[in-house]
Amino acid sequence: MKRILTAAGLAAMLAAPAAADLVIPSMDYRTGPFAPNGIPFADGFHDYLEMLNQRDGGIGGVPIRVLPCETAYNTEKGVECYESTKGEGALVYHPLSTGITYQLIPKASADQIPVHSMGYGRTSAADGRTFEWIFNFPGTYWDAASIIVKHALEVEGSLEGKSITLVHLDAAYGREPIPTLEALSEKHGFDFKAIPVAYGQEQKSQWLQIRRERPDWVVMWGWGVMNQVAIQEAANIRYPMDRFVGVWWSGSENDVLPAGAGADGYKAITFHPPGSDAPLFGEIKEMVIDANNYAGDGTHFGSVLYNRGVYAAITVAEAIRAAQEMHGVGEITPAMMRDGLENVTIDAARWEALGWPGNPEINVSCEDHGGPGLAAIQQWSYDAKTWSLITEFIGADREIVDPLIAADAAAYAAENSLTPRACN
Amino acid sequence: MFYREAGDFKVTYAEDSQTFPIAFDRYRYYIVLAFAVLVVPLLINDYWEKSILLPFLVYALIAIGLNILTGYCGQVSLGTGGFMAVGAYACYKLMTAYPDLNIFFCVLLSGAVTALVGVLFGLPSLRIKGFYLAVATLAAQFFIVWLLNKVPWFYNYSASGQITAPERTVFGIAVTGPEAEPWATYLFALFFVLIMAWIARNLTRGPLGRRWMAIRDMDIAAEIIGVNPLSAKLSAFAVSSFFIGVGGALFFAVWIGSAEVSEIFGIDKSFSVLFMIIIGGLGSIFGSFAGAAFLVLLPVALKNLFVGLMGWPPDIVAHLQFVIVGGLIIGFLILEPHGLAQLWRLAKEKLRLWPFPY
Repeated sequence: MKRILTAAGLAAMLAAPAAADLVIPSMDYRTGPFAPNGIPFADGFHDYLEMLNQRDGGIGGVPIRVLPCETAYNTEKGVECYESTKGEGALVYHPLSTGITYQLIPKASADQIPVHSMGYGRTSAADGRTFEWIFNFPGTYWDAASIIVKHALEVEGSLEGKSITLVHLDAAYGREPIPTLEALSEKHGFDFKAIPVAYGQEQKSQWLQIRRERPDWVVMWGWGVMNQVAIQEAANIRYPMDRFVGVWWSGSENDVLPAGAGADGYKAITFHPPGSDAPLFGEIKEMVIDANNYAGDGTHFGSVLYNRGVYAAITVAEAIRAAQEMHGVGEITPAMMRDGLENVTIDAARWEALGWPGNPEINVSCEDHGGPGLAAIQQWSYDAKTWSLITEFIGADREIVDPLIAADAAAYAAENSLTPRACN
Repeated sequence: MFYREAGDFKVTYAEDSQTFPIAFDRYRYYIVLAFAVLVVPLLINDYWEKSILLPFLVYALIAIGLNILTGYCGQVSLGTGGFMAVGAYACYKLMTAYPDLNIFFCVLLSGAVTALVGVLFGLPSLRIKGFYLAVATLAAQFFIVWLLNKVPWFYNYSASGQITAPERTVFGIAVTGPEAEPWATYLFALFFVLIMAWIARNLTRGPLGRRWMAIRDMDIAAEIIGVNPLSAKLSAFAVSSFFIGVGGALFFAVWIGSAEVSEIFGIDKSFSVLFMIIIGGLGSIFGSFAGAAFLVLLPVALKNLFVGLMGWPPDIVAHLQFVIVGGLIIGFLILEPHGLAQLWRLAKEKLRLWPFPY
């Protein structure tokens, strides 16, 4: 045992060279039950930053060093990853798991390192006054729930007397939208029901219930294999696919391909456009994929989750740029990174310049760490094997979402006897 | 030469029956204790605390708990993850319901609550044994996780069902929460582990432990010589669950700080603790420590070796870990089915004869 301790200690000591670059830890999961979703995201995240290194020599002249760490979507390994990388000057963490995000919220706040749970994690972290170090722009689960209901409202005309059923993973992540959907059901007069799925693969009874009750809309909060099974089961009971909407983590190619033609017409919400036609992807293809500098095996280029990894990397790079401008130094610290994240603005012109037009604007402020909360609905076409946007990027129902965020943030502040800071 | 009984005269019964009858062993034990208590707290940083020492201590405590039930009393249990969850959630409820209650008592009371739950799920052991009991405890695992997920009272009605440990102090020093210093949390966990391992060691060689072992070796024979199976089995379930509950409370409050039942306390936890005691050695307190060290520290050591020193991609190393750890488990079980504790015993036997073996 002692020998193992010594070996581990030795390795930990040797593995910490001095930081002279921009260190971005990447908490990947290329193994474990969620690997099919984790791999494309990790590839996209790495490939964009690698492209910046190749093209511009980093950001502001300072090279980027991506520190991959394997979490396998496991909270304990996530803690190990956090502790082993934070000493190297890590600028921002993308935990990519709601469990690990909850873990890091108090710890990273105490260590003063920003955490960006991009479209997942604790929804009320959008309240920048209470959660100084935590960001979740460009949107939260409560925004997503509200936008999905808006879409249903647009299709139906009125939701009075209609019914919406939520099929969700029975975990922290899956339960997040319930308060919002309950509040919306009161506002719009639809019947709301939540059906939990405890183990992803086994959903026969849940879909039997849906077959019996025939809700007008089914909304899904799933991840990993649960998505594929749900879409297959929905196809089996011939549920109309255009009335079945998934959250942004339930809308990738992995989820719809196994169900074949049955998945045609399935919808999902997204905060960035699908496809790899934008000029940015040409650059990544040329400088990273074709030059053999890619992470993983290079086969996920252009898939929905790969694009989301690219999107995450863009937010990191833009925040670093904002921080460098604000503080006038190249090698920024985590505290400067936080200022950068809080002041990042990517408007339509900037997206154009980045080479990925069509994305909605991102703007973060001291009060609002959740960004604009804009999202669109995308639909799967089996024949073309592509996703395409069928709505504009629309905003959430702020009068429902904002009070819920304020209430949950106040509960967190009370539980941890913390005074929200002032924003001016 | 150094490791021998010769010349070490025992003049009382107490001296004769002590845990470490060989002087060399005794001093080594005291040195290890002194090092752990006096030196380690001065040296550790966050990484050593959160990734190496706390996981080792917490899992060692939980492995001792399961070893009492499975190794000493012979009742196979697959409910460890569920019982850890009971300890963690009991600790959370106590911490939030009574903010003034010292965390020390919160942890002990969580153990007591888990002991009650353990006795309840131990009742079927009076009628069924072996694999059938394993299945009954499996039911406990799934039922507890389902219940803690289903009833919002357990997680104080938070939107997501996550529980987070607030800051609590001992003598004014924070031992839970994000601001806690590494040495404080380490010493807090070490205190529980040392006291409880000492209790476990002495329980298992006293009359209660002998009753447990009698039940394990042959329950009918034990009953004939006057061992009450009801009290023996239920006391094993109670003591074991108490240890696991305290371990679960430390796991949640001191080590990881926030938890979600279905993600953290799943069936894989039950299995990994069972592997720990099988690899470490069934029916051995040292084996519980060795098994916990093997399964907790080896992956971290491999990761640091391959990713940190040799710069391999982390996903390859993660796969390689499965291969190496799995291979070692199989290797150990074939070459030494009694676990690391038996290797240790053999090494000590050899050492007594060294350098003149006959």
